[in-house]
Amino acid sequence: MRRQIPVILTSVVGILLVVAFFIPHEPFGTLGEDMTVFFDIVAVFAFILGGGNLIKIHGDKIYKKSKDWQFSIVTVIGFVGMLSAGLFKIGQSDWCGAVDRPTALFDGLYRATFDPLMSTMYALLAFFVASASFRAFRAKNREATILLVSSFVVLLGRTPAGEYATAWIPDSMSIFKISSLANWIMSVPNLAGQRAILIGIALGVASLSLRILLGVERSHLGSDSE
Amino acid sequence: MVAVHHGGLDVRRLRLPVLFALIALASASPIAEAARNAVPGLELSALDRPSDAGEIIELNWSLTFSGKTNSFEILRSTTREGPFKTLATTTKLAFLDETTEDGVDYYYKVIADLDMADAVVDTTIKGSASLASRVAGPVQSSAQWFNWGRINTLVIGGIVSAAIVIFISLAKSGRKMFIRKIAGLEAVDEAIGRATEMGRPILFIPGIQDMDNVQTIAGLTILAHVAKIAAEYETPLNVPVSRSLVMTTARETLREAFLAAGRPDAYNDEMVHYLTDEQFGYVAAVNGIMVREKPATCFYMGAFYAESLIMAETGHEIGAIQIAGTAQPAQLPFFVAACDYTLIGEELFAASAYLSNEPKQLGSLKGQDTGKALGMIAIGLGTLLFTLGSLFPEADIFNSLGNMISSVFRVR
Repeated sequence: MRRQIPVILTSVVGILLVVAFFIPHEPFGTLGEDMTVFFDIVAVFAFILGGGNLIKIHGDKIYKKSKDWQFSIVTVIGFVGMLSAGLFKIGQSDWCGAVDRPTALFDGLYRATFDPLMSTMYALLAFFVASASFRAFRAKNREATILLVSSFVVLLGRTPAGEYATAWIPDSMSIFKISSLANWIMSVPNLAGQRAILIGIALGVASLSLRILLGVERSHLGSDSE
Repeated sequence: MVAVHHGGLDVRRLRLPVLFALIALASASPIAEAARNAVPGLELSALDRPSDAGEIIELNWSLTFSGKTNSFEILRSTTREGPFKTLATTTKLAFLDETTEDGVDYYYKVIADLDMADAVVDTTIKGSASLASRVAGPVQSSAQWFNWGRINTLVIGGIVSAAIVIFISLAKSGRKMFIRKIAGLEAVDEAIGRATEMGRPILFIPGIQDMDNVQTIAGLTILAHVAKIAAEYETPLNVPVSRSLVMTTARETLREAFLAAGRPDAYNDEMVHYLTDEQFGYVAAVNGIMVREKPATCFYMGAFYAESLIMAETGHEIGAIQIAGTAQPAQLPFFVAACDYTLIGEELFAASAYLSNEPKQLGSLKGQDTGKALGMIAIGLGTLLFTLGSLFPEADIFNSLGNMISSVFRVR
């Protein structure tokens, strides 16, 4: 019963949404949007569970002085600080009101602390791309060599230096200009590969969805068997 | 009748030629030239928009004179005689009236604001530089019970679904199915075994999207298998998540997996813990966990964005064996570069069926291949037809057939 009810609910809701895709008439027409709203409402309540879990885990760490408990203090202060600032939505002062108002305390904290931290993390990506590329672009075999050459052409073709290096090629043979080659690689072999992957993904999604709707796939409920 | 003589000339005889001459003279004047161009002028059609949820009427019009227009004013009334009220002004040749009430008769009229100094001219409505269409209507908007624009999706989806169901039934009846080996999934047991031998935890990341994303569900189906083996081997499992709903679902998945493995006592809620919804906040926390706890095995299964490479590179630096799977085409190269094994697109969705080794689940993978075969035939045929169309441009049949195939596979 514990496993059957979720399977039945999933099947009913899933089949309803599939039907709604083909029927524009009410009540089916807006069913997809309604379900999204229901999901958002459930997700809002689940925030409480998430926040509670965060406080519990880090509170325990601080209380027990577990390894690296100092980091947990930063987490708890950040969480409680932003939560409190968000509560100032109610009030008449300049730093109250809607959380995204430029003078609101929440918005100020978000811009002054969170935005720079996010930008820092994102900026780290450049270094990770460099180290991953260094490993990936090694001409170990034929396929890797093709990858290396094509990536070199694409990288160079996207820079002014690449354009300049092949500017001497006459217009009648412009396909051999490095920027044209880069565009060709991106729009022909690369796009063909991406489309093949996308077709596979679409079929994979259909297959998994059907398995879930038919109750054949139950492993996300913890077990494959009845 | 009395004949009228005037200077010996019979005026009656001359009346007809003079009339023709006057008409010919008048026809040569610029005003008449414009008048000929402008009539009939503006052809308007008003229709209930097909395959919609109602409350929309589609207006289309065309110009049957050569001349420029500045804009078109769309007017509506509930009676043919009017009064007509202006709805909107546009420069296009079509308009969607989205303010209708289903079951009510509407009449429409379009007035073109002409950009021709010598244009004619409907003086009855707006003055000398405009031209009005005839009144179109009555037309009613109504909601439809079937979206005919999606009939192709229904047919193709039906064929693929039927194939999947047939192959599931065949598998249930005991028919052997050949499924190609997927290296990334073959390595799952080995990766968990490695963590067990090293006495270090397994880190499982189910993506950064919520439960409404099918990739997250696919990730959790793999988590169930990983958790079952981890429970049998008594290997610690750490599942940091970025969505509260994923946390509750993953906990349920783990609890049941540990129960199925006969180790319910080994499960505790803290194995699955919430970090933050924010993308880079999450990746910072996960990287911190990686660097501090040094997991021996990292799984990344679900929907990922820019954080994919940051996590996978950190995992590589700490020497973990890494298996990733995502259906985000833009992130696949990053995972391929940084991880030991990568499940590409559909392999992520096939993983659970593959790992379970259950015939009925494997049957669904075989059914999926029917869809692929259908796609391959259509792509091959379409390529051939368009190639022939460009080689023989005078033969329209190739391009027409190619466009027909293309429209069959277009989702509306």
